[in-house]
Amino acid sequence: MSHSHVHETSAGASNRVKTLVAGLEAAGVLTEADLDAVVETFLNHAQPAKGARVIARAWVDGAFRTRLLADGTAALEELGIDLSHWAPVKLRVVANEPRRHNLIVCTLCSCYPLALLGPSPTWYKSSAYRSRAVRDPRSVLAEFGTTLAADVEITVWDSTAEVRYLVLPLRPAGTEHATESELEAMVTRNGMIGTATV
Amino acid sequence: MFALGDRVRTKVMNPPGHTRLPAYLRGRPGRVVWELGTLPFSDARAAGDRAAAQRAYTVRFATADIWGADGDPHGSVCADLFESYLEPG
Repeated sequence: MSHSHVHETSAGASNRVKTLVAGLEAAGVLTEADLDAVVETFLNHAQPAKGARVIARAWVDGAFRTRLLADGTAALEELGIDLSHWAPVKLRVVANEPRRHNLIVCTLCSCYPLALLGPSPTWYKSSAYRSRAVRDPRSVLAEFGTTLAADVEITVWDSTAEVRYLVLPLRPAGTEHATESELEAMVTRNGMIGTATV
Repeated sequence: MFALGDRVRTKVMNPPGHTRLPAYLRGRPGRVVWELGTLPFSDARAAGDRAAAQRAYTVRFATADIWGADGDPHGSVCADLFESYLEPG
């Protein structure tokens, strides 16, 4: 990859952040309490439960599903979720079908639908996942315990610009009588990345 | 400007600064599957032009066009690419 980021050790990055925060505090730009408030708000609002709410709604409401797939950003506003609170990004929701599976990656860095899924898992940011997801997605999925039939098509979405992707998994069989909140509880973070099927 | 369904080819390029065209997708044929409108143009912004913007498209590449016979026969990769990365395919 030709990405110009210098990937530092976490200790190196941590020291740089401390130095930066100390400089900003000394200059009177912000206080540590300001920063804590931002992080707390972020962690309270950005959780996989939010993405699960979107998925369950799409499973029970066909018209919402259609709007979600056509314009994810606008459909989220219906649920009171404002993606642009964190960054000016668009949302694209890609739907799994019986013969078509979707997988999300950011090969250049670690772009991820933070507002819907919370902070990304460590493996999502690893160079192994980022390089192998586009090169050999079927093997990567198998290592996550998701074995697809050989003829199921896989589309890998490489998040290279200001679009964030979310996978709409197939609704599990036998859930015809489940309530929307029961369905929400079945949705997993990995299902919304595409490394799992639900 | 490109439109939905257009065949395009990514340029072969190797700029000294930031780019969002991944190396594995350079010089590859693909097809526009989504028009994204105008987005912040990261390459120029990284070089200091904070207002830079450019049209962008989601482009689908067949696995065989990226990895040849070694790729998964039932796969494709889609990426969001700026107009200046693309030429008519």
